[in-house]
Amino acid sequence: MSAIEIVKLKKYFGKIAAVNGISLKIEEGEIFAILGPNGAGKTTTIFMLCGLLQPDEGTATVAGFDVTREPFKVRQKIGVVFQSPSVDDLLTGRENLEMHAMLYGMPLDQIGKRIDTMLRLVGLEERQHSQVREYSGGMRRRLEIARGLLHHPKVLFLDEPTIGLDPQTRQHIWNYIRRLSEKEKVTIVFTTHYLEEAERFADRVAIIDKGKIIAVGQPKRLIESLGGDTAFFKTAQPEKVASKMKKMNGILNVKVIGDQIKATVKNPQKQLPIIFRRFRSIKSVALQPATLNDLFMKYTGKQIREEEGEGGYHERIMRSQRE
Amino acid sequence: MIALNLIYATYAIWLREVKVFFREKERVVSAIVTPLLWILIFGAGLGSSVKINGIDYQRFIFPGIVGMAVLFGSIFYGLYVIWDRKLDFLKEVLVAPVPRSAVFIGKMLGGASDVLLQIAILLAIGVALGMTTTMSAILSFAVCILLSFCIVSLGLIIGANMKSPEGFNLIMSFVLWPMFMLSGALFPVENLPAYLAVLIPLNPLSYGVDLLRYVMLGGRTAFGVATDLMSLGLFSIVFAAAGIYSFEKMKM
Ligand SMILES: Nc1ncnc2c1ncn2[C@@H]1O[C@H](COP(=O)(O)OP(=O)(O)OP(=O)(O)O)[C@@H](O)[C@H]1O
Ligand SMILES: [Mg+2]
Repeated sequence: MSAIEIVKLKKYFGKIAAVNGISLKIEEGEIFAILGPNGAGKTTTIFMLCGLLQPDEGTATVAGFDVTREPFKVRQKIGVVFQSPSVDDLLTGRENLEMHAMLYGMPLDQIGKRIDTMLRLVGLEERQHSQVREYSGGMRRRLEIARGLLHHPKVLFLDEPTIGLDPQTRQHIWNYIRRLSEKEKVTIVFTTHYLEEAERFADRVAIIDKGKIIAVGQPKRLIESLGGDTAFFKTAQPEKVASKMKKMNGILNVKVIGDQIKATVKNPQKQLPIIFRRFRSIKSVALQPATLNDLFMKYTGKQIREEEGEGGYHERIMRSQRE
Repeated sequence: MIALNLIYATYAIWLREVKVFFREKERVVSAIVTPLLWILIFGAGLGSSVKINGIDYQRFIFPGIVGMAVLFGSIFYGLYVIWDRKLDFLKEVLVAPVPRSAVFIGKMLGGASDVLLQIAILLAIGVALGMTTTMSAILSFAVCILLSFCIVSLGLIIGANMKSPEGFNLIMSFVLWPMFMLSGALFPVENLPAYLAVLIPLNPLSYGVDLLRYVMLGGRTAFGVATDLMSLGLFSIVFAAAGIYSFEKMKM
């Protein structure tokens, strides 16, 4: 049985289709990424899978239960880490977890032990009795992740788990997520607009834009499907070289840009020496390893924005603090 | 088993409300200071010169101030739901496998607890200043339990339906002040012009103030004790039902 099955899911806000016919199967135990730029429909998709928003069309099942007909059962089986902070900053870390445990009807005699375990796993034991308002952004995130997993969910949703955190903290968070996913045997679905997170941490990734899926698959495979890495050749005779290059096997998308030739080169370690030997006029080459961004470019003509969007986590913490 | 889980969930929400209340010092302070100011202004200022139905204004006004404290505490608490939503804390509660009715009841009990704590302090001060007796204070507290259930539910209905804190002033002008003025808290409702007097029976606070005044000062009631109790009970049930409905409809 798949952990999640989505069929032609749609959600409109007014006339905008925030999610525009997404179909997807996510298997048990997978770490699955939903990658897309700001406004692609990631959060809307997650909300529908959690039963917080009603789909306008299509169906989805999570852990075997239909999200519209059995939202209650779905909720028992999932943990959620929201994009913006959702811990109460006037409660201590531990109190937040205790409240969660009671909301999920965990057996009272197990709550204390389970909370101890999770606090240890995310490294918050020592700060558990501090109010969350004294936590850093990374600590809040770790607390939310611990909370999401506290009640032994079958599926954990992480909506931009590292948004707005500095690179070191992001790495840190991912170490925790990976460690937890090994320990807890849970299907993990995360959204991100950081390419390299999807490439590095996901078993499979769905790339979405404007509410539609552009591509799904293993990150490595998807990158391979581009046919190679991007190379920029410098030569005195770009036109001449380019027209010959176009006829070679394993070289695609040959284009002249000023005094350079841009081309997709398959297996560059092997091919580049051959190219150099054949075209003596090439003075230098710059190689850009293919990424999911290239895939995104290929289908949409634009970049997935790498820099921080307007929805930074820290910014949201600031905005959300009580006045 | 499921019933037990419901009780835990309700308890968890209640506990959070009470903890948060105590940790926001400004809320506790203003909740206690505001009614004290009213006692000072109305009681000390007018008290010596004005008599209503043969009672010192200072004693006449005290039940009204208690009613006012319930009103303001309850409505402000309800509006606080907006903050929860802004904080995104509410999502954590709404995504839990807990029926919205339990969320509502937990919040309602939490709000009532906050309010009743303020009332206990206020009544103790009243007893200390000789504005009421211990026995009356205890009975008044009992009245305030019912009254706070009723008004907190109303506050939560408003909070759940309000999109942003910007509507706050509208609520002040169109709900809070009219409810206060048309409740008999400050002056006897018998003296109001007819076109305003029709509004009084529609105001749940009128019955609360009537009961409080009866319990503290004795004498006659405007509506009768049974009517007061039944009206408050009825308003509470209607508001709670509407509140649960509002929570079920509440959007992210
Ligand atoms: N409550 C809402 N009302 C109206 N429009 C909305 C609402 N929520 C989302 N949208 C719109 O739906 C689209 C998808 O939004 P969504 O939040 O799902 O994107 P996202 O991929 O999560 O983006 P981000 O990376 O910024 O979090 C956007 O165009 C957004 O403006
Ligand atoms: Mg989002």
